[in-house]
Amino acid sequence: MKTSFRNKKKLLSFLFAALLIMAVLGGCADGTGESSGDNSSKEPGGSVVVGIQQDIDSLDPHKATAAGTKEILFNIFEGLVKPDENGNLMNAVASDYTISQDGLVYTFTLRDNVKFHNGNAVTAEDVKYSLERVSGLLDGTPLISTLKTIQSVEILDEKTVQVTVGSANTELIYSFVAAIIPAGSGEDESANPVGTGPFSFVSYTPLEGIVLAKNPDYWQTGLPYLDQVHFKIVNSADTALMELQGGAIHIYAYLTDSQAQALKGSHQVLASASNVVQALFLNNAVAPLDDVRVRQAILYAIDKEEINDFVGGGSGTLISSAMLPTLKDNYVDLNDTYGTKANVEKAKELLKDAGYENGFNLEIAIPSNYEFHMQTGEVVVEQLKAVGINATIKAMEWSSWLDEVYNGRQYTATISGITCDMTPGYLLNRFQTTSKKNFINFANVQYDELYVKAQETLDLAQKAEYYKQLQKILCDEAGSAFLQVPANMTAIDKNLTGYKFYPVYVQDMSTVYFNGK
Amino acid sequence: MKYLVKKLITLIMTLFLVSVAAFLAFQIIPGDVVTSILGTEATPEREEQLREELGLNDPPVIRYFHWIKGVLQGDFGVSYRYSKNMNEMMPVAELIGDKLPVTLWLASISLVFIVVISLPLGVLWAGLASGGENNGKYGGNVGGAVCHGLDAALGVMTQTTMAIPSFFLGILVTYVFGILLGAFAPGGYVSYRDNFAGFLGYLVFPAMSISLPKIAMTARFLRNSMLTELSSDYVRTAYSKGASKRRVMYGHVLRNAMMPVATFLGMIVAEIVAGSIVVEQVFGLPGIGRLLVSSISTRDFPVVEILILYITFVVIFVYFLVDILYRVIDPRISEA
Amino acid sequence: MERTAGGKWNKYLAAGIFMTGLAVLLGIVGFFWTPYSTTAMSAAEKFAPPSLRHLFGTDNFGRDIFSRVMQGLGTTISISSLVVLLSGTAGVFLGAFTGYFGGVADELVMRITDALNGFPSILLTLVIISVLGSGRQNVIISLGLVFVPSYVRIVRSEFIRLRDADYIKRARLMGVGSFRVLFVHILPNIFSVFWVSVMIGFNNAILAESGMSYLGIGVQPPDASLGMMLSDAQGYLQSAPWYALAPGLTIVWVVLGFSLFSEGLRRQIAA
Repeated sequence: MKTSFRNKKKLLSFLFAALLIMAVLGGCADGTGESSGDNSSKEPGGSVVVGIQQDIDSLDPHKATAAGTKEILFNIFEGLVKPDENGNLMNAVASDYTISQDGLVYTFTLRDNVKFHNGNAVTAEDVKYSLERVSGLLDGTPLISTLKTIQSVEILDEKTVQVTVGSANTELIYSFVAAIIPAGSGEDESANPVGTGPFSFVSYTPLEGIVLAKNPDYWQTGLPYLDQVHFKIVNSADTALMELQGGAIHIYAYLTDSQAQALKGSHQVLASASNVVQALFLNNAVAPLDDVRVRQAILYAIDKEEINDFVGGGSGTLISSAMLPTLKDNYVDLNDTYGTKANVEKAKELLKDAGYENGFNLEIAIPSNYEFHMQTGEVVVEQLKAVGINATIKAMEWSSWLDEVYNGRQYTATISGITCDMTPGYLLNRFQTTSKKNFINFANVQYDELYVKAQETLDLAQKAEYYKQLQKILCDEAGSAFLQVPANMTAIDKNLTGYKFYPVYVQDMSTVYFNGK
Repeated sequence: MKYLVKKLITLIMTLFLVSVAAFLAFQIIPGDVVTSILGTEATPEREEQLREELGLNDPPVIRYFHWIKGVLQGDFGVSYRYSKNMNEMMPVAELIGDKLPVTLWLASISLVFIVVISLPLGVLWAGLASGGENNGKYGGNVGGAVCHGLDAALGVMTQTTMAIPSFFLGILVTYVFGILLGAFAPGGYVSYRDNFAGFLGYLVFPAMSISLPKIAMTARFLRNSMLTELSSDYVRTAYSKGASKRRVMYGHVLRNAMMPVATFLGMIVAEIVAGSIVVEQVFGLPGIGRLLVSSISTRDFPVVEILILYITFVVIFVYFLVDILYRVIDPRISEA
Repeated sequence: MERTAGGKWNKYLAAGIFMTGLAVLLGIVGFFWTPYSTTAMSAAEKFAPPSLRHLFGTDNFGRDIFSRVMQGLGTTISISSLVVLLSGTAGVFLGAFTGYFGGVADELVMRITDALNGFPSILLTLVIISVLGSGRQNVIISLGLVFVPSYVRIVRSEFIRLRDADYIKRARLMGVGSFRVLFVHILPNIFSVFWVSVMIGFNNAILAESGMSYLGIGVQPPDASLGMMLSDAQGYLQSAPWYALAPGLTIVWVVLGFSLFSEGLRRQIAA
């Protein structure tokens, strides 16, 4: 019963989204009615250049792992379901789905008239192929770890696909955002990326970017507006600023506060909560941070408000544990535990208790390609100095950081961000003692037990309660100094309308259009 | 001939040493290629699959010979980082071939700037300097003082220009021409594939940043070279035979003075290649330099190794050519 | 062409000594004292333009740029000094032995220096840094390595020139040991030439160090370095041009100072 209710809720939210889009369309048509005389839809056309920070790691939607790539591929590919701007799932290639009572069988009904960019209609075969490819059923190499649990994919009829999974998990449905690609295409060597999204792939040039063109057959009628989107790789955030001012790019996300300030006059600068949890991660297994009092002292020493002011211009959301405040049902505000301002006396007291009255040296490793983390590091060093901790920054190249810090755990402290998907348990999962991703070496038996309980329950309210308790343990034990969810500040050309923010890391270009030209 | 063979052998030996060094360097660099490519979210099975695909499970010596054998046969391998499409990695040759025009055009425009501006400037300057000298010697008049003043002013100007590092010059050019004057849109690079005229138009500014200090250097060099020639005996002889100043200057002095300048320009070419590495970063140009820097940080070793070999080859080859040219122009240089 | 009178300092030397002297002085003072803390941040004073209070203005954290330039100068000059010391010493030893004794070792060293000379130095430092990792020590090591060949060349050619000089031949006939000939009889006589190349070496080391920190592979924050300030400042060129101009012009000042110094020294020797 519960599952079908959930499903209805999804459907409702989808309908609501559709209504919203129609309302937007209607509103726009009013605005430009006089010039175009066409009152059916918003005047389409135009070409937009979006600045992006990193190169693309793969055009294969199942093999792409970088968030910076996924945010682009969102425009080319769609899964059975896809996220909407409110953090809910909406049906995409599937028009409906049901989950069995025991949570082990998913039945998807395919939408009519969904076509790949090559003109072929999406069939049940394509869906089966795509799901078998990501789950490893095809060649033994699972490409998306959460979908490893898929046991079989069966075609019931040409519009219905049934997926059986190994264990029940209420959060698994979020993984069905995995792209649907044409059957057999993964092995087709000369294939260009072909999906069902609002834009089709045109060309990719390393170091320069990727060009997409409007998909005229897109199943959401009226979308997209733009004829062409060029995701252009910019050298650094510094040059991005100049390129925006010069008109070389129209849209650029992830601005620092100073950049946002510099652009306020010439551009629309919009802010929204990102899905990144920024923290000063502390290696719980390394002295002196293996002493909980030392970790707590660091948490007291840090002034989150100051960091937010300097680096984010006050636009970030302060947090004290590993959960996005936007995931409202599961989030608990723990900011009172250590306070958001620095408490130097309390910090010194704890350090004295722990035997570090005269402070100690602390090396903070930071991936140097992230200006935001580097700047945060400079502020943190200053704050720790006030309690006698002599911190230094060790800037690392991203790949060395991944190798030594994230995978090798050879570090004392690091500042970085961890990205969350729409699954509430996603961020908490990694802090289990034996998790492969537990790079802070957090070890707490109670935490581990609670996490298992949270996964076992199918009752969402109970699950949320467990999640809140997990957040509290992580905070009380000072697992790490969780700082903030930075705002995603985006500069947009004044002639563009319709840019939508998502609680996940995507840049949806389908709703963007040029206003009256 | 014997000299040529000896030089060629040296060239090949150097390239071999560089290839070994480049390959070895990237065996000891920290950072796992596979995690660098796949990020933190990949499954262990996928990591192992990729490791096998890339041949990373072979010992380094075998990989070196595989690699160098391929290079000699014109197969430069595939990039670890860039994919051509869904399933195929980008061949290094194709990747470099795509970026090369940017750097080549940048270097060419810079070289044209240097030659077109510095040569006349150097000759003019030498004229001013000799005018200042001579008039100064014979009592001094207003013309002499002006010449002398201009000579000194050029001296200060070129000395200062030579002291500006190319990345700061790039920032200054961006500020003055891009932001204050609006002559170009900073970062508004257009690909040579889309709009060739626009591409060249944009390259003018980075080329300016590369060439300005080199113009100053070359002009100074030519001035000094000409002044040395002017004070030599044959010039006095030519004058005593009644040759006009113009004829002496352009007929004899310039020709002889150009010889060392040609060598100097050869060295400048090598420096332009190095300079473009930094300037491409400042202006966001997708050329060889930026490919190199980004490939080093993403551990895309096949690309880095070929680029190092390639750049070394170009530089050494230019030196080699200059050397040969020098011998052709001036047979006096012995085969020592 | 030489307009300078013999024993006196020529104009180049005077200007060079003044400019480098001022820079070195500011750098040394910067080790012990700066007008403001180089790391203290102030939200109220973000991007203050140059004024009497903040001579060069403030940066995006409200830090005093003049103080940071002083610290950056100290960093740049101390690193360059160590680089010159390291590469100069290695260069003297290698150049002296290979130049004096010749033979297989000479051939080998010369081939390697030839290869290194043909190799763009920035490329070499990039590769070395990616092996060693960034940071102060590694910058010194990699630049030290990169600049050795330039000294080897000069010292070697000087030793070859003096090897066959009459007074050296005489000394050898009198039974003076090779070591003594090398370092007591020849070395002092190449100092004049060597000093010029040391000054040029300073010049190159400063350019290279600031270039590396501009590319983000040099000294790490919160330590100030001129190149890093410049790259941070690039994004604020429109709103706070002084942020880029201060470290940029400082680099130009120091490099110009050293190049005038070396030019003056060269002329002084020639005169």
